Amino acid sequence: MEFFKIRRDIPFMRNALVFNAISGLTFLAAVFFLFSRGLHLSVEFTGGTLMEVSYSQPADLNTIRSTVDALGINDVQVQNFGTAQDVLIRMPVQKGNSSAQQSEKVLTALKTADASVTLRRTEFVGPQVGDELAADGLKALACVVAGIMLYLAIRFEWKFAVAAIIANLHDVVIILGFFAFFQWEFSLPVLAAVLAVLGYSVNESVVIFDRIRENFRRYRKMNTQEIIDNAITSTISRTIITHGCTQLMVLSMLLFGGATLHYFALALTIGILFGIYSSVFVAAAIAMWLGIKREDLIKGTAKKEEDPNDPNAGATV
Amino acid sequence: MNRYPVWKYAILLIALLVGGLYALPNLFGEAPAVQVSVAKTGMRLDTAALGRVEEALKAAGLTPDALALDGASIKARFSNTDTQLKAKDAIQKALNPDAADPAYVVALNLLTRSPAWLSALHASPMYLGLDLRGGVHFMLQVDMQAALSKRAESLAGDIRTTLREKNVRHSGITRNDQTVEVKFSDSAAMDAAKAIIQDQFPELASTESPDGTGFKLVAAINPVAGRKIQEQALKQNITTLHNRINELGVAEPVIQQQGLDRIVVQLPGVQDTAKAKDILGRTATLEIRMVDESAEARAAESGSGPVPFGDERFLERTGQPVIVKKQVILTGDNLTDAQPGFDSQSQEAAVHLTLDAKGSRIFRDVTRESIGKRMAILLFEKGKGEVVTAPVIRSEIGGGRVQISGRMTTMEAADTALLLRAGSLAAPMEIIEERTIGPSLGAENIAKGFNSVTWGFVGVTLFMCMYYMLFGVISSIALAFNLLLLVAVLSMLQATLTLPGMAAMALVLGMAIDANVLINERVREELRNGSSPQAAIHAGYDRAWATIIDSNVTTLIAGLALLAFGSGPVRGFAVVHCLGILTSMFSGVFFSRGVVNLWYGRQKKLKTVSIGTVWRPVSEEQAPAVQKGK
Repeated sequence: MEFFKIRRDIPFMRNALVFNAISGLTFLAAVFFLFSRGLHLSVEFTGGTLMEVSYSQPADLNTIRSTVDALGINDVQVQNFGTAQDVLIRMPVQKGNSSAQQSEKVLTALKTADASVTLRRTEFVGPQVGDELAADGLKALACVVAGIMLYLAIRFEWKFAVAAIIANLHDVVIILGFFAFFQWEFSLPVLAAVLAVLGYSVNESVVIFDRIRENFRRYRKMNTQEIIDNAITSTISRTIITHGCTQLMVLSMLLFGGATLHYFALALTIGILFGIYSSVFVAAAIAMWLGIKREDLIKGTAKKEEDPNDPNAGATV
Repeated sequence: MNRYPVWKYAILLIALLVGGLYALPNLFGEAPAVQVSVAKTGMRLDTAALGRVEEALKAAGLTPDALALDGASIKARFSNTDTQLKAKDAIQKALNPDAADPAYVVALNLLTRSPAWLSALHASPMYLGLDLRGGVHFMLQVDMQAALSKRAESLAGDIRTTLREKNVRHSGITRNDQTVEVKFSDSAAMDAAKAIIQDQFPELASTESPDGTGFKLVAAINPVAGRKIQEQALKQNITTLHNRINELGVAEPVIQQQGLDRIVVQLPGVQDTAKAKDILGRTATLEIRMVDESAEARAAESGSGPVPFGDERFLERTGQPVIVKKQVILTGDNLTDAQPGFDSQSQEAAVHLTLDAKGSRIFRDVTRESIGKRMAILLFEKGKGEVVTAPVIRSEIGGGRVQISGRMTTMEAADTALLLRAGSLAAPMEIIEERTIGPSLGAENIAKGFNSVTWGFVGVTLFMCMYYMLFGVISSIALAFNLLLLVAVLSMLQATLTLPGMAAMALVLGMAIDANVLINERVREELRNGSSPQAAIHAGYDRAWATIIDSNVTTLIAGLALLAFGSGPVRGFAVVHCLGILTSMFSGVFFSRGVVNLWYGRQKKLKTVSIGTVWRPVSEEQAPAVQKGK
């Protein structure tokens, strides 16, 4: 089997402007929704109590809501979770009331209303923990960005590092934009998925950059644009197949992983799809506009004898 | 050129064997079990206890699948939950005749069914997190400010006593948050006091501060001492929690320090959060009372008479009854510290108590009047008292430094000190995070995680085999080997596996195939460019290697950042993610190359390799079958 029977290099870079305009618009839309709607943060970040209860018959959300309201707890969200029998109740942090007891109070009230209810899980997070988690999440993001840029700058050149990180951060913003637009719940596992996607889709750019460097060495006569086109064309088959395989795994999570893994898998799906787009079309184009040259990449080998301390000296690719 | 030396195959074989061995226990599943451990510090489990468990089971007509004394606990495994529950009751009755005062914790647990020889190799199944096995998770924040204030309060009292003893006149001592303020009317007194504080209270750093017409000395707990107080408060709280959780009968409780002022408590299998919370938040109290040594009391002690009026009967830890007066001399509030040590003269094991100023004063007065008599230190928990120790007063004790010695081993001294300290919490705690996962949800989560990994794996494998033919089969074998290694490493490290961890496992398998896709595509490309099959395999692996390293390093950077900053579910994800990337480099490149070399490497005149269609733009029509697979 062979899906990709490409006779000639596809002139991707000729349309670089169009691709970048598309991704620029998506990016702006994502930013707009992030600010206008905001993320629907989970209890882990906001603090509060979350209860998952299960009924023997499909649950009546309105009755549950009024039962909980009757306890004097405000801003309660009640929704189905996975199936009609399972219900998720979300309560904000109550001032003065030790919220650890809150879940028991609610469960007792629900039990008197319908004896068939069973508690599946509860989660209580104090407000101070939530703030810390948000701060830690941002630190992790900063760390990933800095680490990847540093690595790419050492391994390739700063222009590639900048291009790759712009392309992939724009993926992250787009994932967040989706979560803001649909008001999907943004929880800790989703954050983990977002950061994993960041590391993963940088891969993609790395593979293409690797090929660009190799082409610079091999085809002396081609200009930068042709070299990039050739690099993307010759790696596109691998790109699609790899992402297809990863997506197959994620799809399996989406189908079999249940409600807990749902948003995690969803974040990965969006990340993988946009990851392909951005690393192929955006990263390479940005690198081209930043003005990568043959000399940038192959001076390392030329200087081999002068600089014995260069860690990349003599590296063959 | 495509041959591996023998040692490379040896490494692969060893990795396969070791990986298989350590992944093996996961296949056996878990069986219901009863676990017995000691409820009180200082007691040891021995073969005698094992014998009693054995007898109890025999008497009840139950035969365990396995029964062994394993370190700090006795574990008995049963074939079903029914016998497990019966056995628990039987063992409970045999070991704890007095239900109100259990000496052993008898808890239900799940144990691996893997045979003894595997356990002997320390091969055990992966450690499942709470979201997979059900249970309760608490994170408690220790109020360190309260601990420091408490200490400052007792120091204020001590300063008052000391200044009085040294005849330094002051015009008032107050505690202001975590500092002690002493006012004076003349500077000479202030200087004297300053010298005394510097000399006798190394914990304090005092500074002069003008106070209207008078003089004021502000003594603050210095940072070093402050840190020590906080550390001790945390340790004491952890010890107290340990003692209390023992009563809950949890098989494998986790009580850990997290950060500087937090404690994480995980109780697998516990569903009754209300009870757990009640026990965590309970306060124990310590009381010092006099032992009644009248003839009536002696008679009551030996059981031949009634307990005299105004007295109460308590048991010592050895079971010896002690009759003490109802009047309380001191409470645990006056006890600031208890440490094991040695008597400076006789070199006997001893417990050194430190009392605060008020406590020292009362203690001095009481001891002066009761030399030769016994006093009892009682610990009340759940409204039930127990005599920790009942020493004889040898002399008047002033200064707040009390030593209990005689008839004690070093171990006993350490345990008594621990009990005295752990009786109460050093500082109040607040639950800042709580998670409860029902047992059915845990089982469902395992099934969900397992299904995600399995079906994803099947899908990827099928696709690879169809698209790359034999090379796809080899890639799939390498992927399976990766999964085996990952499970083996997780089992070896006993890292906690959670649902996000299982998601990471699925994800990392999806990413790991990337290495093989890169290699296979590269080999095809080389073939397309007209290389001979052997050269194509060689170049494909070599060229793809640099790319694989680059892409894995970037993924690993993300994984490590998650590991460094993540907590809870994110950490579980990150651990598996990072380990998975490492194992995938080994299996995807080294292992798959090994299999390819074994298959193709020997054939000198290799004409074709089975890697699916190698499509050539130029000679497509004329020679379509040259490099075509089977």
